[in-house]
This record gives sequence, C-alpha cells and structure tokens, in this order.
Amino acid sequence: MEKKHSIKRGVSLYSFQEEYFLRKMTLEDCIAKCSEFGARGIEIIGEQMVPGFPKLTDEFLEKWFGWMKKYDTVPICHDMFLDFKKFKGQRLTEDEQLQSIIRDLKFANRLGCKVMRVIVSTSPELMEKAAPYAEEYDVKMGIEVHSPWHIDNAWMKRHYEIMEKTGSLYLGFIPDMGTYTKRLPRVMVENMVRKGADEKIVRFVTEAYENGVMSEYIVGEVSAMTKNPIDMAMAEQARFYSYTNPRQLLPYMNRIFHIHAKFYEMLENETEYSIPYDEVIAVLQEGGYQGYLSSEYEGNRHIQDVYDVDSVEQVRRQQNMFKRLLNEKTVVKGTNSAVTA
Amino acid sequence: MFEKYIIVEKDTKNIVEDGKVTGFRVAVRVPYYRGLGISMIEDIQLNVDGKPIPSDNLLVELHGNTYSLKAMEKEADDRWEFGEVGYLKVLQPGGLPAGEHKVDVLFNLRISYMPVNGIRKDSKQLAF
Repeated sequence: MEKKHSIKRGVSLYSFQEEYFLRKMTLEDCIAKCSEFGARGIEIIGEQMVPGFPKLTDEFLEKWFGWMKKYDTVPICHDMFLDFKKFKGQRLTEDEQLQSIIRDLKFANRLGCKVMRVIVSTSPELMEKAAPYAEEYDVKMGIEVHSPWHIDNAWMKRHYEIMEKTGSLYLGFIPDMGTYTKRLPRVMVENMVRKGADEKIVRFVTEAYENGVMSEYIVGEVSAMTKNPIDMAMAEQARFYSYTNPRQLLPYMNRIFHIHAKFYEMLENETEYSIPYDEVIAVLQEGGYQGYLSSEYEGNRHIQDVYDVDSVEQVRRQQNMFKRLLNEKTVVKGTNSAVTA
Repeated sequence: MFEKYIIVEKDTKNIVEDGKVTGFRVAVRVPYYRGLGISMIEDIQLNVDGKPIPSDNLLVELHGNTYSLKAMEKEADDRWEFGEVGYLKVLQPGGLPAGEHKVDVLFNLRISYMPVNGIRKDSKQLAF
C-alpha cells in the first residue's frame, strides 16, 4: 500500500566543488544558489568548505546560521570521512576510528545538521559502537550506499543487521542514486575518448553495460581485445558504475533518512543522461520517503579538462526536474528534522 | 580529477631574498575534492625540464608553515585545505635561468576509502 511521502529538495554543496576550488564561488554564494532554486536543505562536506575543520569558530557559526536565516535554508547533513590510513604503513586502531566519528558527530551537531553521511567503507561494528554517541549528539548516521555497492549486497546486509540488532533509530542508510546508473555517463565516456581510448572498445563497453552484461565479462573480453591501459581503464568503468532495480529500496524505507541525488549530466530537456530519475522518484513516492533528495553533481571531473564547468546550471536543471517529478505541491516546507523513522 | 589545476602559473617564480636569487617555487593545489591532513599526501614529485628534483631538496610551504616531505609524514593536524595554493620550494642558488621551463608535478594521495593511492599529475610550460 502506498504511504504518504514528503520528499523535500536539498543540495549537497559538493555539487559546486569546481567553482569553490577555483574561488569563483564562496560558501555563501553556494547557499544563495540553493535558495534561488527553492532547495532549502543544505548539505555540506566540512572538510571541503569549512577551512580549519574540524574546528568551528563562533565567528563561523554566526555567519553560517546568519546565511541560513538570510536565504531561508536549513542545514541538513554533514558528510564525514574516516581517514583510517592517516599515517603511512599503519591503520588507526578501532578506538581512534571511533574518536574520529565522534569528532564528526560533534561537528555536525554544532552546524545544526541532524544527519551525517558515513563513508561507505566504515564497518558495521564501528557503527554499532558509535550509535550511542549519535544519540547523544542527536545526529543520525547513515551509511552511504555508493556504487558499486548496493543496498542488498553483503556489506550493506551486515549494516542492516546491526541496525536491527541495536534497534537504534540513529542508524540507517543514505542511498546514492549513482547505484541506478542505467547507462554509462556520456561525459565520462567522452573523457576516455579524449584520453585516447579506442572508439570501438568504448562502444563495446557502453553497449555491453547498457545490456546489463556482468562487468567481469566486460573486463575479461576487453582484455582479450587489447592491452592498451586506457582501453582497459574504459572497461574498468563497468565495475565502478552500477544499475540495480530501484525497487530494492522499498523494504528498507524506514531506514532511509537521506538521499544523495547523484548526477553526471543534466541535459537541456532537464533529464539526467544516465540515471532514470522518473523511475527512482516513483519508487521513493511509493515507499513514502520522508527525507531530502540532495543534489550531488559529479560531472565536473569528466569535463573540466576541456570545458568551463557550470555546476550552477547543472543543479538548476536537476532541481527543476525534481519539481516536475514531485509535482511540487507535494513538497512540504523543509525542516531540519529530516526523518520520522 | 582537478589535474589541470595542480600547477598555478601566476605564483610560480624564482625566490629572491636580500637581493639574491636563492631558489625557485612552484605554486600548486592538491587535486582532490576536500582538504587533507598533510600526512595523507604520501608523495610529491617535481620535475623541471625533465629532470627530477631530489626529494631531499624539496620543501612544501603552506600558509606560512614549511615542511620537508619527511616531516609531512607525521603531520596530520595541519591541513592542506580544498583549493588552497601552497608552494613547492627548491633551494638552488641562482634559481632557474630566465625563460620557459617545463614543470611536471605529481601528487600521490593516500585516501582511506580508495583501495589504492590516487596518483595525479600536471605538466605546464612556465616562464621564470
């Protein structure tokens, strides 16, 4: 039975990395653009756009909350990383890793974010240890379900078992819509051609991928055709991207409190070249999804070698697509409490 | 990712101290989408006109702090911020002769969630 959904629109400022890196946009400019597109939820990677991370000065926080007020936006999510290979040749101990997670939970809490994206490589055991701290700081921790992982694979199944075992509503999933990449991003493919990949090999890989051929077969067959490293790199792309049926999300809806709306190329007609957002959003509506769809533009890396990147226009197109697919009247005014699990 | 932005042309020049040219510097940014504690920059290689600069001669200057590559290994708290311009300094009396030089820079980044290190490089023809 269809549940009532309330899908809200947001943007991960990751989307504007090109302009921020080149100092063409400031953090405030990024927030202002989200507001302009009616995307009220602001997601941030502290390590990307908060100089001095993990320190948060009172001066910064005053500006941050001032911008939220000025632009009528709300902080929704901080994306954390777990640098367990911080020092050459050694791994952080489990306790050191836990301390790193707690550091980020505190950071998210002070920024006013109720959700934290946990990097996909984080173990279920560590999530279990961190759960009490997530509760203490009132920040929900979502393991990012990032391609080539998907929500039903072995790693995520173990995460789900920990969610069930602890019963904590502060543990959940943040699916990345890159998991529903039905055809390889054109911007990536064209980049490989510019780097010298053979057009016949490129065509073989893209067609096989679209036909759902297992990536191991694609890599195996290409290695029999060529030894050229750039052609092999093209074949390997079939391993990094993935398409699974978005209906796989349905059994887990009560554990999904945030979504990364990954995209590589929004076309002029306001559809995404690789990811069938009409299919994906229909599933989220059917499942009664209550959180944010957070734009995550990742096309810049594939085109920056020859084009001027316009992340703002890309985000604008995706947000317009969301308005269309969500029939905007279903969009409720955002709050920074992203979930009712 | 961000390869072509590694070398920043306008800040690359000979270093003049007390009227003498004591070496040269190449302005660089880290080719990654977030800032990093500098211990995670596993290696930096600099070639000028095809010749590698020995790593012992290479210093990294970042917002006023100066490190050898060896010293960077232990420094996890000082961060090379996202998009921040730092300098590769080479102490070499006389610096580089005036004119064009080919500069190659390689960053080797140890990103924990990646199964292997990220190796990214840029190459530019620069006027000194």
